[in-house]
Amino acid sequence: MGILSTKHFIGLESATKKDIETLIEFGYMFKEVLDRPIKKVPSLNGINIANLFFENSTRTKLSFELAEKRLSADVINFSASSSSLNKGETFKDTVQNIHAMKIDGIVMRHPTPGSCQQLSEYVDSVIINAGDGTHEHPTQAMLDMMSLHEKFGSLSGLKVAIIGDILHSRVALSNIYGLNKMGAKVMLCGPPHLIPPNIEELGVLVVHDLNQVLEWADAINVLRIQRERMGIGLIPSVREYRDFFGITKKRLLSAKKEIVVMHPGPMNRGVEIDSDVAESEQAIILDQVLNGVAIRMSILYSLLGNEKELKNEEK
Amino acid sequence: MKKNKLLSGKWILEKGKIYDPYQDKFLKGDILLNNGKIEKIGSIKLKDVNSIDCSGKVITSGFTDIRSHFKQPGSGYVETIDSGVAAAMAGGYTTVCVMSDKENPLDTPEAIKNISNISSMINILPVGAASVNHEGVELCEYGSMVEEGAVAFSDTISPIKNSQFLKYALEYSSMYNVPIISYAKDCGLSDGGIVNEGFISTKLGLKGVPDIAESIMVSRNLMIADLANQKIHIPIISTLGSVEIIKEFQKKGLIVTADVSAHHIYFNEEEISNYNSNAKVFPPLRSEKNRKALVRAIKDNIVTSISSDHTPCSLEDKEADIAHAPFGTISLESAFSMSNTVLYKEGFEITDIIKLFTKGPRESLGLHPEPIKVGVDTNLAIINPQKTWIFNDSDIYSKSKNAIALGAELTGKVDLTIYKKNAFGVI
Repeated sequence: MGILSTKHFIGLESATKKDIETLIEFGYMFKEVLDRPIKKVPSLNGINIANLFFENSTRTKLSFELAEKRLSADVINFSASSSSLNKGETFKDTVQNIHAMKIDGIVMRHPTPGSCQQLSEYVDSVIINAGDGTHEHPTQAMLDMMSLHEKFGSLSGLKVAIIGDILHSRVALSNIYGLNKMGAKVMLCGPPHLIPPNIEELGVLVVHDLNQVLEWADAINVLRIQRERMGIGLIPSVREYRDFFGITKKRLLSAKKEIVVMHPGPMNRGVEIDSDVAESEQAIILDQVLNGVAIRMSILYSLLGNEKELKNEEK
Repeated sequence: MKKNKLLSGKWILEKGKIYDPYQDKFLKGDILLNNGKIEKIGSIKLKDVNSIDCSGKVITSGFTDIRSHFKQPGSGYVETIDSGVAAAMAGGYTTVCVMSDKENPLDTPEAIKNISNISSMINILPVGAASVNHEGVELCEYGSMVEEGAVAFSDTISPIKNSQFLKYALEYSSMYNVPIISYAKDCGLSDGGIVNEGFISTKLGLKGVPDIAESIMVSRNLMIADLANQKIHIPIISTLGSVEIIKEFQKKGLIVTADVSAHHIYFNEEEISNYNSNAKVFPPLRSEKNRKALVRAIKDNIVTSISSDHTPCSLEDKEADIAHAPFGTISLESAFSMSNTVLYKEGFEITDIIKLFTKGPRESLGLHPEPIKVGVDTNLAIINPQKTWIFNDSDIYSKSKNAIALGAELTGKVDLTIYKKNAFGVI
């Protein structure tokens, strides 16, 4: 067991405030490493990590792989198209193979909620959730929180709004858990049918009018409209979505304060966010990408690093 | 471990309380069995005869399950007739109505003939498909199927979408005096749903099935039955809304019966919080409010039977991720004990609980009563109502192991089931 309260990193629902603080602190430490001419440390030398991606991902996979390599871990990659996931046979078979190969850490993305928890019951390896369906994406929430922390100096009392298709998002739930634990306030904004039922019970505000968000928020996290996740007819048209929920320069200028803009990527420019917003001073989207590598290094190191070394770091 | 035993010759069941749910009375004395028949009830003084001590136990009529899936023919890897029968007898059942399966539908007289009374151990009664291939388009040959042994018609887990078809099916089946069992599920509202819709589905990130996906169809089914003026049975209801609609139509005089499953009154939606695939059932386990409403509906006599909805699934299938794992739990072995555990706490008498497994289901499907009397075939369940026990692997007799009850602490256990000369249990 590392220095976190849990052996695995499956979701922020079960993380503690101290876990999050520790990870952000280590995140800054590794960010400094990324600025060095030689951007590599031997922290996970001899540790092997498997990246299991049962669903398409570009930046999360790249970010993890980079983080692992910068920590000198040995990395193997496995990708499966979702069509080969019929009946979940691939999942079970892969799990058994991994078990036999004595892998130290598994980073997994899977389209089914709960799959990382299920995996943790089958194997001894440390499991890191890289997104389990529409459930959690805890490393994304960590990089979002690190970026907000970097920008504002603290998360306590911060007002963060998440805008878009909350129902099909894995980012929202993890952000809600994390931000709540850190004392930030969360508002959700989207069309009513794309807000999960009873989500107010998690202690968040729910609105459907973007103007209310712009009056309230210190920062907004703009979710991608995931067309491939949508059933038929959930959004009438791209232009209608843009008219009511798209973040445009004009809208941002109408707000009293300068709102910080985040986006987990990849962006649909001109739909949920305009290019001039994404590239403006208010946006910290590229910081999020860099922080993503740093915070993933922090997470991997905290869970898989040498215990003695970790304890020293903690002091 | 329960075992099969052949009770040949004379056997005395002594010192038990005998309760006949069909006459709703306790019978005095002991029971003398002779080669599979009840020879005498009362004071029995015979020497050198085998006896079974039933002190502290209740001797009652064997149970009838109106909803089991043996997936026969075709899925011998999850259940065989023999394993299904063992599971049934372990749970006190002497009659099991087996549902048609979409993969190998019981939609012809020949298919019905093949499975009707296929076991010599207990009664296996087939529920024929309501439509060819469960497609809700063509009526099956109800008349010939009834002649071969079909006791009801149902497309099992495929709801009849076409209202006109349901009306025709209700009217046509009435000619043979067998009910239509119409599963209530709105396919649009429940599409892709895995758990009850609400806070828990949101937290788990799983698609939810709202309550009304069921009650909308209960309402439609009953309106059609009312229009056609025919009786109807609604299986495994799970919501307060359904209960209220059924109650309303019963008040109006429509002959509508309904059952709930043992797991829907024992568990609520919390059971799937850790993505336990054995708790993935359809309809999904509902909120505590709905669970309580089902118990209340039993108390108010709106629901008169408890079914097992026994659904064997292979371990490999259930070990897939929650999205791909099939729906269903086995529960023939545990249904009575689960129900007894819940209902006893709610103040039900053991006699009322027994009726939910005997008189209630048989009346719903129009099956003849099975009273305990001299001259009839032996057909008995012997229950230890106070016994507390933990349901574990060794209590499973089904070929599959997907029991939601695993690990549950239960009150009340069926010790012995006897049908004709066949005994199953601990002697």
